[in-house]
Amino acid sequence: MQSDNQNVDRIDVSYVAHLARLHLDKEEIESFQGQLEETLDYVRKISELDVEGIEPTAHAVSVQNVFRADEERPGLNREQVLENSPAHNEEQILVPKIIE
Amino acid sequence: MNYLVSIGLEVHVQLRTVSKMFCGCATGFGAPPNTHVCPVCLGYPGTLPVMNQDAIHYTVVAGLLLGSNISDYSKFDRKSYFYPDMPKNYQISQYDRPLCDGGSVDIEIDGLQKQIGITRIHLEEDVGKSTHFSGKSGVDFNRAGIPLMEIVTEPDITSADEAMSFLVALKQIMLYGEVSGCNLEEGNMRCDVNCSVRPETQSRLGTKTEIKNMNTFKGVHAALLYEIDRQVQALESGEQILQETRRWDPDAGITIQMRVKESEHDYRYFPEPDLMPVVLDSDKIEEWRAQLPELPRERRTRFVEQYGLPDYDAGILVEDKALADYYEEAAKQSANPKAISNWMMTEMLRLLSERGLELGDIAMKPESLAGLVKLTDSNTINSSTAREVFGILFAEGGDPAHIVKEKGLAQVGDSDLLDKLVKQAILDNPRSVEDYRSGKKAAAQFLVGQVMRLTKGKANPKLVQDLLRTKLDG
Ligand SMILES: [Zn+2]
Repeated sequence: MQSDNQNVDRIDVSYVAHLARLHLDKEEIESFQGQLEETLDYVRKISELDVEGIEPTAHAVSVQNVFRADEERPGLNREQVLENSPAHNEEQILVPKIIE
Repeated sequence: MNYLVSIGLEVHVQLRTVSKMFCGCATGFGAPPNTHVCPVCLGYPGTLPVMNQDAIHYTVVAGLLLGSNISDYSKFDRKSYFYPDMPKNYQISQYDRPLCDGGSVDIEIDGLQKQIGITRIHLEEDVGKSTHFSGKSGVDFNRAGIPLMEIVTEPDITSADEAMSFLVALKQIMLYGEVSGCNLEEGNMRCDVNCSVRPETQSRLGTKTEIKNMNTFKGVHAALLYEIDRQVQALESGEQILQETRRWDPDAGITIQMRVKESEHDYRYFPEPDLMPVVLDSDKIEEWRAQLPELPRERRTRFVEQYGLPDYDAGILVEDKALADYYEEAAKQSANPKAISNWMMTEMLRLLSERGLELGDIAMKPESLAGLVKLTDSNTINSSTAREVFGILFAEGGDPAHIVKEKGLAQVGDSDLLDKLVKQAILDNPRSVEDYRSGKKAAAQFLVGQVMRLTKGKANPKLVQDLLRTKLDG
């Protein structure tokens, strides 16, 4: 499968769906195409800003070094965890067979 | 045609934190499936990760030990991919601003020193573990979120043997730095192997394949021997090498194609908005640098200088940090550090390997070994008794002086008694005496043996020999 990622103006919906392991039919692809492009157009407004001379940043807030001490804390009990999953046996969450 | 081999490794080292990278779940090995999990490491909506500060510290220590540059600004990114062992559908990793850049590991190969370059060291979270049943797979998320340091090398490695030496050296450094338990059986060190070959006339690297998720050093070695040969054969017969991921099948002894590798940007890395950057000031880094442990290489040199050990012996001792620590502990309490080393290099290592034990399993304390050396040096016991006492100490521990006293093992140094026994041996063995006097000097050894037998092996053989000579020659 080929990405057309170089062409940022148009989202290759079927390719992105493939990466996300989503199966979309033709109609869904068309409908998402329109919706995603609208969303992108909206976000693209940000490129109208003049950012000349502004340092790129990974974060909107200038907070750094938020750490926790290396201490063990209790988690969830297994019954709760398994109850939250769509399928399970006594110990594990079950998923469709993973094939490499 | 000759071929050049280029191998690069991506080694995942599990850090020795007690809690996971971004939540407080325990990291202990062997717990029942899905009992070390919480909303954070299960990727429940609305949860937020918080960094474990010790994971950052250990990664920086590893970087300092490998001579890396420590980034003053580092950040985390999301690596998106979809796989059932990854509950969030992205892995928190580091993309363009890893904690450490550069560095190297020195290896020795066929007596020659070689330096293997380190590209970078970044920190990421481990994923869950899946087991396969018929028609279904089961996932255990205990491992998901455990901090993993990924050490990426330059493609400087040129053979399976070099890859092996590199991994052994790296493990040794990680153990000395106390950043990881490096327990291979528990999956503490896992490695992806990138390998390419090219004709020696070609300067650009050949197309590489990646062998995923190797968890033994022997496996890496065997897989590389196979893969190098496979690639050379393919090129020889005019085939193209595909850039692909392969899996090592240890039973069949071959690598098998897995999937055509998705190109890097398909992971769609982007900055992790839930985590703030890590900014390390140089004071902090220097403080950590000042606390770095002595590395095996430096320790070896010091052992030679400080304790007068042969370089070879020092090399063996420092190979295993626990062994070197034990040695130092005993040597500090002894006037004869060379003898301590001799015991460890021979009896200790022999008994450990014969009985499949680790140093930590035995009851014998370093001070007991120092005590044993003292008893030998003061001629309280002879060397064969010393070996016997060593065996007792190894099995049961205890105080060697006490053992010698209790079991009546002290050397017979009473020369009146020995004199009597020597005379008796001469009387009992006229034939040997005759042999000796007619020039068969070896007959003296037989007579020494007889006296030793009369003392149940507790006499000083040298003393017996002298007494016999005086009597026979006189
Ligand atoms: Zn957790």
